[in-house]
Amino acid sequence: MDILWAQSAPLTAREVGRLIADRDLAPTTVMTVLDRLSRKGFLNRTRDGRAWRYEPAESRDAYVTELMLEALDLTGDRSAALTRFAQAVSGSEAEILRRALTELEEQ
Amino acid sequence: MIAAAVLAALALACAVGAWRLTSARWTWRAPRTAILLWQSLGVTWGLATTGALFAYALAPYGAGVVHGLSILLIRAEFDIREPHDAIRLCALLSGLTLLAVLVAVLVAAGVQTLRAQRRHRMLLSLIARDEPAVPGVRVVDHPGAAAYCVPGLRSQVVISAGTLDLLSQDELDAMLAHELAHARERHDLVLLPFGALLRALPWAAVVRDAQASVALLVEMAADDRARRFCSPKRLATALLRFGAATSVPTPHGALGATSGQNVMTRVNRLIKPDLDLPAHVRYAILTASAALAVSAPLLWLLPA
Repeated sequence: MDILWAQSAPLTAREVGRLIADRDLAPTTVMTVLDRLSRKGFLNRTRDGRAWRYEPAESRDAYVTELMLEALDLTGDRSAALTRFAQAVSGSEAEILRRALTELEEQ
Repeated sequence: MIAAAVLAALALACAVGAWRLTSARWTWRAPRTAILLWQSLGVTWGLATTGALFAYALAPYGAGVVHGLSILLIRAEFDIREPHDAIRLCALLSGLTLLAVLVAVLVAAGVQTLRAQRRHRMLLSLIARDEPAVPGVRVVDHPGAAAYCVPGLRSQVVISAGTLDLLSQDELDAMLAHELAHARERHDLVLLPFGALLRALPWAAVVRDAQASVALLVEMAADDRARRFCSPKRLATALLRFGAATSVPTPHGALGATSGQNVMTRVNRLIKPDLDLPAHVRYAILTASAALAVSAPLLWLLPA
């Protein structure tokens, strides 16, 4: 995924395999992974002759944002999918917390 | 008829009990016991309400709710001879509807949660990285502060790069102990039915308060467990630092106005711990919860 994000143009499985330099992967493995990712909607693919060309459906930042929105419970559905350390608070409440923190650290 | 009356009284007692429990403060001194009491109140309320309707509707069979329902299924007919038979039919239909709604809401919430978790896990596997400083924890590169647990058979604790910068090593350890407590005790499963009920009855104040109390109790239970492995003061400063950093500039509809208060309550509880509830009181409450949870199924079986 990182390799595809780093490229501006769509790549074929063979090109991706060549770019994964550190590991000796069989071309079919790369193809399987790419195929699975595209079926799950993370990659878009287009026909190019006999091969598929893959490109990310969304930018990496978009996915990070999606994760963070869920993490901060800003999606608004109060789902029980995640358990959070502390919920987000409003600005004035944050001020109260900051004061309490200073007091606690002085003790 | 007696069974119907007893079940109705039980349902009412559960509703009143839940209403009283939302404002109770002893619960903070024994969060786990209180969570169990909440669960048995919820289950009993559901079974007693539907059971009362069924028991009333099926009274002429004189066979109790469970046997009455099976007789009804086998004969597949419902006599309407007198005017009050129509009321009984209404009771039967509303009982069936309520039961179906409760079950459907729970199943839908479970499926939706599982789907959200699967998507979240998939995204994490694409984006998150491991960090040598905090082994076993996934790190997402984002400057904001976030720390959470994706529950499941293999729970994952996730923090943002912003959190790594924000907290000291001791505070990180305290926070991770808290998240691991959530993962180990499967608090997501505790919260699931209450969240589902809230989505089904968003206007009911009791349900909203119940969900909020259980959510707070779950956090306290995790705090209690984390406190065994780290200094409570570190956990408290971690909470405050984290809470202050996650503030959002615009008030959002989804944010409870009490989330700041909740953080303060938890901090106060960590710094100035109240005595735990005496063991015999806790056992008394546990016994009462168990008796409550058993009572409704027994009344369903009772032929009366």
